[in-house]
Amino acid sequence: MCTLEKRGDLFLLTLTGDDEHRFHPDTISSVLSLLEQAKSQSTRGSVLITTAHGKFFSNGFDLAWAQAAGSQTGAVNRMHQMVESFKPVIAALFDLPMPTIAALNGHAAASGLMFALSHDYVFMRNDRGVLYMSEVDLGLPLPDYFAAMFAAKIGTSIARRELLLSGKKIKGEEAVALGIVDSAAHDSVEGVVDATVSLGQSLAAKKWNGEVYASIRKSLYPGLCAMLSLTAKIAASP
Amino acid sequence: MCTLEKRGQLFLLKLTGNGEHRLNPTLLDNLRSAITQIRSDPSSSRSLLITTSDGKFFSNGYDLALAESDPSLRVVMDSKLRSLVADLISLPMPTIAAVTGHASAAGFVLAMSHDYVLMRRDRGFLYMSELDIELVIPAWFVAVIRMKIGSPAARRDVMLTAEKVTAERGLEMGIVDSSYGSAAETIEAAIKLGEEIVRRGVDGYVYGRMRETLLKQVLHTIGSNESASNRMRNSGSKL
Repeated sequence: MCTLEKRGDLFLLTLTGDDEHRFHPDTISSVLSLLEQAKSQSTRGSVLITTAHGKFFSNGFDLAWAQAAGSQTGAVNRMHQMVESFKPVIAALFDLPMPTIAALNGHAAASGLMFALSHDYVFMRNDRGVLYMSEVDLGLPLPDYFAAMFAAKIGTSIARRELLLSGKKIKGEEAVALGIVDSAAHDSVEGVVDATVSLGQSLAAKKWNGEVYASIRKSLYPGLCAMLSLTAKIAASP
Repeated sequence: MCTLEKRGQLFLLKLTGNGEHRLNPTLLDNLRSAITQIRSDPSSSRSLLITTSDGKFFSNGYDLALAESDPSLRVVMDSKLRSLVADLISLPMPTIAAVTGHASAAGFVLAMSHDYVLMRRDRGFLYMSELDIELVIPAWFVAVIRMKIGSPAARRDVMLTAEKVTAERGLEMGIVDSSYGSAAETIEAAIKLGEEIVRRGVDGYVYGRMRETLLKQVLHTIGSNESASNRMRNSGSKL
């Protein structure tokens, strides 16, 4: 399902297997536990890189599991359960005392895209993989913290419209142009992972204090962090 | 410490000497009294302020060595800079920062507190150094950054990568309005721009009020005494 590996200063979080890496209560719980593990093992210079195997980074929530509840009410409850239990995963990433980088091997949709955007740096491939907010096509409402994420991380109203209202599947080059991702320079999985490892190593070399890093990160996104019930631990001072 | 000169309708405020122009209580007081002097000048509503500096630094931030020797001065410096920036925001005239040297942390915020930022491109950088020196960034600094830097990626580069932003990168990020080949050229350009703006005959009082409206969120955060630790203490009460 997912693994956490340590390579020198770098923590590598991988969503394993060739499937769509949909977020289901079990995967959510596993990812959360691995993030907590990374946090507990973090030192100065730690960096997290998150990636996945196969065609998908993550295709969002497990809608089939929701439907399998057997009734409309049951399905809605299961959706609600996933939306609520996913919030701590996002919070854990914003709280993580180290720089975070998402290396998108493939498609990132809905909560899968949210997961990607929760990282400080997002790299994707040039040749494959799209970013897709499927909600408008599926007729699903957007959770409040999803909307707050887009407001926080995506700077222009044109880019937000393209992502949230057009149902567009956005490829690497356009994602960079819209300011949604930092880079889409590579034509292979190895390329994008190598690039993130390289960035990771240069950030690790700064030997930053993780608590200070997390505090500055949270102050960068005050609205979203308030919604995730995250506050900076250290008092601000000159 | 700092000098104030008038050239026609332009006020030239200069951080003097070859030091780092660290924003210690004395320099902050001097700067504030210069601003008070400008404000009370009878021609102020048809004038313009240019702020610049001598030497390698615009300002290298707060006097951290002083704060180390007397921690109570941290609050004093923070409070005085808040007042200075609030003064600049409400100043009834356009303002230009002619950045001819490094501007770090509080120094970077001081530069950004001007309407126009002109910078030399041959040397010097803008730098939110806090992450590199293990300090958190005050909420009101973040408010200035969010107002003056539009792109989320650029804000992240400034605050969370602690990038040393050259004039060229500053132009890309939208922090810097224009760049020049040397310190002298930067000041000359600031004077030229200042004269052009003043020629338009803007009413300074209206200008100042409009700027306050535009930067309302920043003023609100400056005025708020909320530190992160206060928020932690207050967050428990649901009364």
